[in-house]
Amino acid sequence: MPADAPRSAEALAEAARRRRRLENALPWLVIAGMFLVWEAACRLFSIPPFILPAPSLIAESMVKWWQPLLTNAWATLVTTFVGFMMAVVFGLALGVAVGSSVLVYRGLYPLLIAFNSVPKVAVVPILVIWFGAGFWPAVLTAFLISFFPIVVNVATGIATVEPELRDVLRALGASSRDIIAKVGLPRAMPYFFASLKVAITVAFVGSIISETVAANEGIGHLMLVASSRFDVPLVFAGLIVTGIMGVLMYWVAVTIEERTTGWATRGQNDPRLATGG
Amino acid sequence: MTAHPPPFVQIHDVAMRYGGVEGTLALRHATLDVADGEFVAVVGPSGCGKSTLMRLVTGLWPPTEGTVIVAGREVSGPLSIAGMAFQNPTLLPWRTIQANVMLPLEVVQPHRRQLRAKRAEYVAKTRDLLRLVGLAGFEAKFPWQLSGGMQQRASLCRALIHDPRLLMLDEPFGALDVFTREDLWDVMQAVWMAKKPTVILVTHDLKEAVYLADRVLIMSARPGRIIAERHIPYPRPRRLDQTYEAEFQAIVHELRDRISEARKGEVADAR
Repeated sequence: MPADAPRSAEALAEAARRRRRLENALPWLVIAGMFLVWEAACRLFSIPPFILPAPSLIAESMVKWWQPLLTNAWATLVTTFVGFMMAVVFGLALGVAVGSSVLVYRGLYPLLIAFNSVPKVAVVPILVIWFGAGFWPAVLTAFLISFFPIVVNVATGIATVEPELRDVLRALGASSRDIIAKVGLPRAMPYFFASLKVAITVAFVGSIISETVAANEGIGHLMLVASSRFDVPLVFAGLIVTGIMGVLMYWVAVTIEERTTGWATRGQNDPRLATGG
Repeated sequence: MTAHPPPFVQIHDVAMRYGGVEGTLALRHATLDVADGEFVAVVGPSGCGKSTLMRLVTGLWPPTEGTVIVAGREVSGPLSIAGMAFQNPTLLPWRTIQANVMLPLEVVQPHRRQLRAKRAEYVAKTRDLLRLVGLAGFEAKFPWQLSGGMQQRASLCRALIHDPRLLMLDEPFGALDVFTREDLWDVMQAVWMAKKPTVILVTHDLKEAVYLADRVLIMSARPGRIIAERHIPYPRPRRLDQTYEAEFQAIVHELRDRISEARKGEVADAR
């Protein structure tokens, strides 16, 4: 029987290739499957479009309104990116400070926790009073919501330098700044990039929240206007566009992470090893 | 005694207490001298303050009482003339072996200042050192691509790259299997004979202490102090098969008995 014959190297390689193809195709299959089930359910139970529009209706709406969708998505992308970059700079600096000094940690941490517990949607009206409706409240909300995971992760990476390693360097006469530069920061990089993946997705949440409260453009604003006109397919089109932008930015963060901190995963290719924050 | 130069390391009546007045007393009345270029091993029951001794000598922590003098000066802060290696190799996973070994050169003066100008020279020195410990050809590898024994060799190189006059080793071979450990004893011996640093080796492997050291010091149970010492008469280079000879075994047994006494003393004190 051929099934009992020892498997040749070629057959094994072929099996590995098949497996890889399946892994690459799987996300698309899952997404396609979800839309199919959704479409089928809408038709089968004849759900009215103003409650849950079928994917075909959403696609139709997307084609019809492609221009406003694109300009508003671009506006959201820009505000999110600006807020996110502010969060990266500020989060990195604060993370280094909190991670390298027990005093800063003890002094600031309770305040940071308290601050992070405040729902950001409650802050938006205040930002609107300060800056007026539009660009800045959205940028700042994205910033406020996304800097915290960066601070926590960078601080963890720096604070967990092995004591022996610290001793080796201190015995050589290294200053604390040397230790942070040579060991703390490189060590914190995997934590930092893991936090970027979380931060970029929540940054979208922040800017869209702000846009739905007070803005003249952006995907959040578009969804608000669409729902006030009961154009539910367009609301869903906005949601899907947001999801796509989130995945794209996440992918950018992962690519940078793989390029810079490949040492942290030690050449293993299991995506489950990646820390999600 | 007066004809000799003063000892390189002098620890005089040192006490070390952690965590304030009520804290744990790790050392008390600890006194020991180490001559320049001498290889000394410190053995003792676990928790006797051996590692504390290391941190005092390198100036990482100040003693609670007494004085620590290294190279004629009282130690008041970290000494850049010391190199350290621990049981855990603590190599940086994002650096190649060569870059790991060169880390002290980026910290210690005058190397730090000269590193950019004399880079080729320092790289050549690093490669020589790696060859000495048997790691030639592994310069561009990352630590996690190497076995535990090889990582420990690299860690030794990192402790030696800035030509420290004092080498502090805290159970550097403790986590290795027997064969690797014996290989590394010979590496250690070769390194010491080539560079002649003053070495203080903290270990709880008596065979290792007798094989490597000129003098073995025995510490009491906590609070630790030096209670006995034993000169090891063998000339160098020593050979591993000597460790199976009766005389060598007798020395190991003698040390073992003294440590047992030290531990009994601990039990008696507790009562």
